[in-house]
Amino acid sequence: MTAAPVVELAGVSKRFGGSAGAVDALSGIDLRIGRGEFVSLIGPSGCGKSTLLRIVGDLIAPTSGSVTVNGKTAAQARLDRDYGMVFQVPVLFDWRTVQKNVELPLEIIGMPKPERAAKASSMLALVELSAFAGHRPWQLSGGMQQRVAIARALALDPAILLMDEPFGALDEMTRERMNLELLRIWERTGTTVIFVTHSIPEAVFLSTRVVVMSARPGRITHVVDVDLPRERNVDTREMERYFELVTEVREALRAGEGPPADGDPASGRVRAEGLSG
Amino acid sequence: MSVALAEPPRRSAAAWVGSGIRDWLPAAVLFAGFLVCWEVLVAVFQIKQFILPGPLAIAAAWRAELPALWAATTYTLTEILAGLGIGVIAGILAGVVTARFATLRDSFLPFAIAANSVPIIAFAPIFNNWFGIANPLSKAMIAAVLCFFPVMINTVRGLRNVDPAALELMRSYAAGEWDVFRRVRVPNALPFIFTALRLATTLATIGAVVGEYFGAPKVSLGQYVATAFGYLSVENAWAAIVFTAAIGITLYLLVVLLERLVMPWYNARAEVT
Amino acid sequence: MATAAAPAVPAALGSGRLTTRRRLHPAVGFLLIVAVLVVLWEAAKWLAGDPWRYDSFLGTGIAIDHRPPFRIVPFNDINLPHVWDIVAALFGTDARGQTLLQVLIGAGLFTLRNAALGFAIGALVGLGLAIVIVHIRLLERALVPLLVVSQTIPIIAIAPLIVIGLRADWLGVAVVTSYLTFFPVTIAGIRGMRAYDPRAYELLTSYAAGRRTILWKLRLPASTAYLFTAFKVGATGSIVGAIVGELPSGITQGLARQILTAMQYYTLAPGKLWAAVVVASIFGIGVFLLVTLVERQVLRGARPVESGAEA
Repeated sequence: MTAAPVVELAGVSKRFGGSAGAVDALSGIDLRIGRGEFVSLIGPSGCGKSTLLRIVGDLIAPTSGSVTVNGKTAAQARLDRDYGMVFQVPVLFDWRTVQKNVELPLEIIGMPKPERAAKASSMLALVELSAFAGHRPWQLSGGMQQRVAIARALALDPAILLMDEPFGALDEMTRERMNLELLRIWERTGTTVIFVTHSIPEAVFLSTRVVVMSARPGRITHVVDVDLPRERNVDTREMERYFELVTEVREALRAGEGPPADGDPASGRVRAEGLSG
Repeated sequence: MSVALAEPPRRSAAAWVGSGIRDWLPAAVLFAGFLVCWEVLVAVFQIKQFILPGPLAIAAAWRAELPALWAATTYTLTEILAGLGIGVIAGILAGVVTARFATLRDSFLPFAIAANSVPIIAFAPIFNNWFGIANPLSKAMIAAVLCFFPVMINTVRGLRNVDPAALELMRSYAAGEWDVFRRVRVPNALPFIFTALRLATTLATIGAVVGEYFGAPKVSLGQYVATAFGYLSVENAWAAIVFTAAIGITLYLLVVLLERLVMPWYNARAEVT
Repeated sequence: MATAAAPAVPAALGSGRLTTRRRLHPAVGFLLIVAVLVVLWEAAKWLAGDPWRYDSFLGTGIAIDHRPPFRIVPFNDINLPHVWDIVAALFGTDARGQTLLQVLIGAGLFTLRNAALGFAIGALVGLGLAIVIVHIRLLERALVPLLVVSQTIPIIAIAPLIVIGLRADWLGVAVVTSYLTFFPVTIAGIRGMRAYDPRAYELLTSYAAGRRTILWKLRLPASTAYLFTAFKVGATGSIVGAIVGELPSGITQGLARQILTAMQYYTLAPGKLWAAVVVASIFGIGVFLLVTLVERQVLRGARPVESGAEA
């Protein structure tokens, strides 16, 4: 890693609940994410990937370990509004139009009205929903609502984008389209993205690195460098290298409780086993 | 997956009136039918006038007593409006304060409940003594007390019954409590508050009129009804009750109108559901 | 809110707080406020009420002869009896050796039975009306205005008709009570059953779910918040309804008789009416707590909201 990491997790663990019914969600997470990377967190249900994302976003406090975001504590990064978050459900406010929903974070930081409107409009243009600025959230389809949520998350020009299975509720075709959209936006804005998913094709298609986690207690078991060309499109999904990587990730997931690996990308990739060619 | 729905088209004035008539027709028809049944039942069963008069008798009494009724109505109306105002504002304020401070909420709630559990006949004489029988404020306070509890608990519920996901979102923006209050909690509470307001209109009406029943100047609807019942001119009493109902439903409709103005999104969404 | 299912993360963590505040126990807070109220009450009477003349104040042997500097009529001994007079009235015994408190509680329990029946009827009728209205738009336009009108007619005018017409006293009281309790439930039900997420509705219709499924799985769960608030209003109001129903009937064992008597003798013994007020309030609070308990049971396992949303 040449440049300083934007997000650094060291020995992060999280335990929920009291002494009797305690649940170890995460255990000993070490991860370094560089600027402009697109990192996916993938793992079986309950492996704590959503929890990990929320720890980075200071929505949950870790039980132990340290979290550094942009050189500050996670709490400070949140107060400085260094990141934008997109959740599984769009969480749009019914009483606001689409435009006003995107303006929400801008209102909170006290941006004056004309600037707010201009910024929100440009965000909506980025996600190609300008025509629906005056609509209400329930008038939009699920995919469109998520796009509005993405526009809102980007409104503050955050350094980091945290996304928690944002396309999980969508059908396959819409999801693939949204993946392309997201990549296009990512290229335009150059934001660092941490993306939680349980779709292997999606993780490989989108990311520069895929971090594989084990079942509870969640640990990082493998890290897969995705060396597909930077320009990804529909054809990418048909490249042989794509299939190899998908298989790599799948095997790593199945390996499950392997010896924990540290998240340093320099430590090398996992070798695919039993692949032809 | 559904496509985006189009914006609902704007209506012309003529369409507004037309839809207004269409909205009211079923109720009017049902009501007319009800009146007809009533008149028929009274005639068929030979129900005595002083037990239950028929609608025609009531209409006749109404016409005959109109000046007196109208004077009584305007007097009582001021009490109702004052009571509504006091009760609703106090209820919302109490709701806002107790929503925020859990200890206050737990401590104050029993008093609010008490206000709803004590019958008018118990505190009407107390209020009459406090404010004076002839003072319209005494009846206004009765009306206010009746409105207070529903408004307060609906306000508290609306302010606190917020989607945790929305709170998480606001936390991710490092939004302060005031921001969360005005941008999330208040809009969330509006449907609850308007539900309470609808109730409050009927409660305030009843509160004032029944309060007057227990002691008030002669020129009030409650006293008119009591006196009429006393003289067994039951059709006069019912004529006055017609005015009570008219006040109540008018206020209710005003609240519905206010709701459409304040929460236009709510009804548009309701059209879809 | 345009949201569907709850997030996968335990909701306690999804809330804004990372730590919990310490709360004063509810009973302590309430008693504190009662204490403050008592102090203010007597302070007002000390400053502007009737003269205080006691040879032996509350049996302590201290003599008090105090003339308040001001005079405000509402604070005199008839309108605002001394707190100890109210307590004395509560524990004063009658010819049969029972304290007023016992008599009132007995009467209250009697009234409560009819109130409970009336509330049950009112809640069921109210909910039924709401369900019918939500499904048939035409009925909404036809019925709701008439329901509103029904609530503006002073029940005092109709109660005699109902109670006498139905012959059975308890049924008449129950019907009068239900008349007063169904309306909040209907209004809340209509609102609540439309408050669901449209996307969930779409999902169910895509499964060709029938109206009954949608009612059970979507509308009713969505309306619980509104409904339970309405139940609280209705349950506490049912006590009032039952008392009003008892008035024109021949019933003497209920609270109505007690309150009427206290009203008639108010100038002689104002403490008795206030005592009745206190007891009625206690019953109201008890009923409220009962509904809250039921609510907690029913909503167990539902999506968690912030604490205190049960108000």
